[in-house]
Amino acid sequence: MRFIARVEVRLRPGIADPEGATIERALPAMGFTSVASVSAGRSFRVELDADNLDGARAMATQLADRLLANPVIEESVIEVSPL
Amino acid sequence: MATTVGVVVFPGTNCEHDAVAAVESLGGNATLVFHADTSLEGLDALILPGGFAHGDYLRPGAIARFSPIMESVVSFAAAGGPVVGICNGFQVLCEAHLLPGALQKNRGLSFLCQPTTLRVTSTRSVLTSGAELGQELSIPINHFSGSYTCDVETERQLLDQGRVVLSYVDNPNGSVANIAGIANEAGNVVGLMPHPERATSNLMGSTDGTVLLGSLLSAAGASVSNA
Repeated sequence: MRFIARVEVRLRPGIADPEGATIERALPAMGFTSVASVSAGRSFRVELDADNLDGARAMATQLADRLLANPVIEESVIEVSPL
Repeated sequence: MATTVGVVVFPGTNCEHDAVAAVESLGGNATLVFHADTSLEGLDALILPGGFAHGDYLRPGAIARFSPIMESVVSFAAAGGPVVGICNGFQVLCEAHLLPGALQKNRGLSFLCQPTTLRVTSTRSVLTSGAELGQELSIPINHFSGSYTCDVETERQLLDQGRVVLSYVDNPNGSVANIAGIANEAGNVVGLMPHPERATSNLMGSTDGTVLLGSLLSAAGASVSNA
């Protein structure tokens, strides 16, 4: 069965985010004066085959931990659903 | 017998010839090793040079870590062989967990290409054994993701164990504890963002890199005589 995993990789709390901070500073200049904060990250869309939802979730968690995110500075949020 | 340094080339590496020329200018032999190979036979030390291994896709060093040669690099390091990662090579060593921590985008998001003053903060490594503690060296940096980051516990360990081998006098990129280069516990694996191979001749504006690369060649020679 085919599943789709959406993996959002973001910086761990406390890790400096120069990209998010730069975007945050640019927004008021464009008129978005009520933006409270911006953080930058990445998102991946992975299609994968597994026997069931639990298997798909386990595989997505592994590939996120081993490659997509660097656990030293990043954490990932994973959502898996049938395609 | 002259010592031979293997310079590892990934797709996108671009400082390999500078590294070879620097080693040869100091009287060593150097040979290029392709990332898809697995043999490190006959090599006394390794340099992972600068560049953009595998296009720096995902994160610098993230894909290079899975190149076939890396398993051999890990074994070489585990056996005590001297391994030095310069710039992108430092990023690869961190991603491969041969060194702790990670390199993040520079503070201020600027690409930095400039001479920097480094202070030798530990001589207990293959790259700094020939330097003097506290010695200042002028060596250029050339990077976008060179801000060294690690958790507080790792930072404390690195400092307590004398594993921060080089630090910036004027921290240009926001690195934790002004860290420019670190070593593993045994001191045989070293990573640094500055480029010592680009400071090996008066024509380059500094010869201070020879202190570091000379140390590496001595360490490589020692590992030959132990073999």
